[in-house]
Amino acid sequence: MHPVDLSCELAGIRAPNPFWLASAPPTNTATQVLRAYEWGWGGAVWKTLGKPVRNVQPRFTAMHTAAERMVGFSNIELITDRPLEDNYREIAAVTARYPDRATIVSLMFETEDEWKEHIERSVAVGAQGLELNFGCPHGMCERGMGSAVGQEPALVETITRWAVRYAGVPVLVKLTPNVTDIIPPALAAQRGGAHGVSLINTIKSVMGVDLDRMVPLPVVGDASTNGGYCGPAVKPIALHMVGALARHPEFRLPISGMGGIGTWRDAAEFLALGARSVQICTAVMHHGYRIIHDLTEGLGHWMEEKNYRTLDDLIGRAVPNFRSWEDLDLNHRVVARIQTDKCIGCQLCYVACLDGSHQCIYLPDAEHPDAPIRLATESRMPWVAENECTGCQLCHLVCPVEGAIKMVPLHTGQPRQSWRELQALAVTESGTSNDSTLEGRQGFWQTQGIG
Amino acid sequence: MTMPETWENTIFDGGADLSASAAGLEASRCLQCLDAPCIQACPTLIDIPRFIKGIATGNLKGAARTIAEANIFGLACGKVCPTEVLCEGACVYNLTESQPIAIGRLQSFASAAALDQQWQFFTGGAPSGYRVALIGAGPASLACAHALRRLGHETVIYEASARGGGLLTDGVAAYKYPSNRALREIDAITAIGIDVRYNVQIGRDLAFEALERGFDAVFLGVGLGADRLLQLPGASLLQVKGALDWLERFKQGSKMSLGEPPARAVVIGGGNTAIDASRHLKAWGVEAVHLVYRRGEESLSAYRHEVAAARQAGVTFHFYVEPVAFEGEGCLTGVQLRGTKGNKDGSWTLAADLVLLAIGQHRIHTELSQIPGIEWAEGCIVVDRQTGQTGNPRYFAGGDCANGGKEVVDAVADGKRAALGIHTYLTQSDRQQTNQRETLHAPC
Repeated sequence: MHPVDLSCELAGIRAPNPFWLASAPPTNTATQVLRAYEWGWGGAVWKTLGKPVRNVQPRFTAMHTAAERMVGFSNIELITDRPLEDNYREIAAVTARYPDRATIVSLMFETEDEWKEHIERSVAVGAQGLELNFGCPHGMCERGMGSAVGQEPALVETITRWAVRYAGVPVLVKLTPNVTDIIPPALAAQRGGAHGVSLINTIKSVMGVDLDRMVPLPVVGDASTNGGYCGPAVKPIALHMVGALARHPEFRLPISGMGGIGTWRDAAEFLALGARSVQICTAVMHHGYRIIHDLTEGLGHWMEEKNYRTLDDLIGRAVPNFRSWEDLDLNHRVVARIQTDKCIGCQLCYVACLDGSHQCIYLPDAEHPDAPIRLATESRMPWVAENECTGCQLCHLVCPVEGAIKMVPLHTGQPRQSWRELQALAVTESGTSNDSTLEGRQGFWQTQGIG
Repeated sequence: MTMPETWENTIFDGGADLSASAAGLEASRCLQCLDAPCIQACPTLIDIPRFIKGIATGNLKGAARTIAEANIFGLACGKVCPTEVLCEGACVYNLTESQPIAIGRLQSFASAAALDQQWQFFTGGAPSGYRVALIGAGPASLACAHALRRLGHETVIYEASARGGGLLTDGVAAYKYPSNRALREIDAITAIGIDVRYNVQIGRDLAFEALERGFDAVFLGVGLGADRLLQLPGASLLQVKGALDWLERFKQGSKMSLGEPPARAVVIGGGNTAIDASRHLKAWGVEAVHLVYRRGEESLSAYRHEVAAARQAGVTFHFYVEPVAFEGEGCLTGVQLRGTKGNKDGSWTLAADLVLLAIGQHRIHTELSQIPGIEWAEGCIVVDRQTGQTGNPRYFAGGDCANGGKEVVDAVADGKRAALGIHTYLTQSDRQQTNQRETLHAPC
């Protein structure tokens, strides 16, 4: 056992750890979920139940890089295509065998009567909670469900209210990222009485085009359609939406975070930005349930090292530091420094800065008053003119050698000052047009290339 | 022209090509250095990051074209170049814990695709009216002729033997590069409209005077001479051979003519040919292969990585030892050896069924010494490095006969430079050349 306590609580739903399988193919059957629980998963959101559907073939497609497969994943699979009776019987078996796990049933129906019937049946088979699927962006939304609901705050609120009325167990609303702003549907769920939200569902996507057949991917016979995008590539979008809700002053519901989580570090980032549990799908579709061992072990060891004894010590730690741009310190300065003992002379930083950023990196033979004296062995190594460096860190990002370009903080001696503070100062001082401080600050803005 | 498979092709794979997925993965590792040191390390200045990018993105045709633009022997050089001391040796990954990019194998991959798909990137230029003769159909002449054809000049190569490629075809150890692949690449090169006349020995079958009447310029790409041999007792035994002579017979031979590999072989010499021959013998199946060298390991002129590979293959090295006599009554049984400087072991006999002499090639081409104006130094033709021009302005030279014996890639670079030198010579305005030649009716 880990010396830290990984047990998890979200809206009253309890689990031995925060790693839950997201509602998807890995939670389609009892044999799968039972196997996942044997491996140690903390919870599972059952593959969405709804009225009968038929699927197409093929229905998955992926983006690969040469070094890594499935960095992005897209599917056009629908909700469960198995009989509801089978699902309810299997859920009952799972919840009876593993009452300690967060077994949550995902639902997607149309009328209030349908919702009522299936919420009651789900609770009857032992669901610890319900997840309302307002997120699926393909197939179901064309029938007025899934993301079609999630994109309409009024519908979100109404259906959530129905669900909460009949549930008697915690109700999570699964949100779609296919909106311009995640706040309105999340607040609608809150108004409807939801006990928590889970996000993100998949993002509308077209993975590619078969250039021989001129059909988008995946090719279903003679045509294709948009899919739902997920996998490691979507993590930044998901983190933003989770963080945006966590820091919103009016939003108070607990969050189950998901979107591109494959490692314990990804999970820790979601927890730090306010998620109380995380859900995982693509990484399991890629590598299987066995990844739970490294997820729990890695998170536990890291928490131990950082002295976080429970998840509550960690959850939301980064939220206060997730601000709007206006609150960032304009006086924070960093410069790039190339470490000559590590540089291999590929000059990628030089060309990136020259063509892609602010032209502050020079080759060794450049005529420049600040040019350093370089040894013969360093004749291929570029150097940074620190007075010209804008601190953008593009060079640091393109550098293939760990630690060869360091971003070094400069101590400017200037106090922390944000754009918001600067504007406030300008307003209060605008009455005195001869104020030398103001003129001085305007000059400062110009040198920063702002305004 | 498709060549029949020779026995060598059935026993050596010639360094297997990368699969498409392995090539893509390896290509994606390339950092795309701006002032790429690999390019500077290539005698033919192939834009290596550019062709690797093409492989990484699936632009294989563009990759093959980038290679061919700089080096028409893309497949051969990918296979036989000592990349460890050229492009791959310069890769910045050598400064990290990562392996350098497998540039040679990536190059072969793209160039092999061009041959398989029969991509033709080049056509002859608009006819210039000038004719150039090239002597010897090795890599230098073929690269020179190809570049001249692109510039519109008519080219005729005269080759003394029955097939092209010179040492690339017949002298490179078969485990590195079998001759059928060399000949396929040569076919693709000559398809630009290079006229190759085989079995024509200049000076014997065709006089230099006749060449001068029929052509505006002549390129000499004749390589070096035959293997140097040793004047020792027993040297005339049939199982004592020059290494290149033996490799050529091997590469052209049939299963019947080659027979079974002998049990014990001794290779004499310390250069890359000696190592190639040793590794070739091991790969063929010779059980005991001994390499005998008169000086110490530090004096071996072979590349270190080749020496290491030979050791790995099981070749036994003997240093500070030289042969005194070859023993055997009608059939070789052993080599009598003695210690050289610092080695007081006395003399002893190493049992052997085959001895290969890899102690260098002769450098004097008596037939070329008839040409007035050409200067010689240490058995090589003296040329202006930038143009390949000899002391006789109508004659140019490149490859081993001018550089003393270097890599295929150096011969290709020589041929390219000479082609530009010849082009400049032909097209310079003050030359009164064209009226000197008459129509030549070649005897073949």
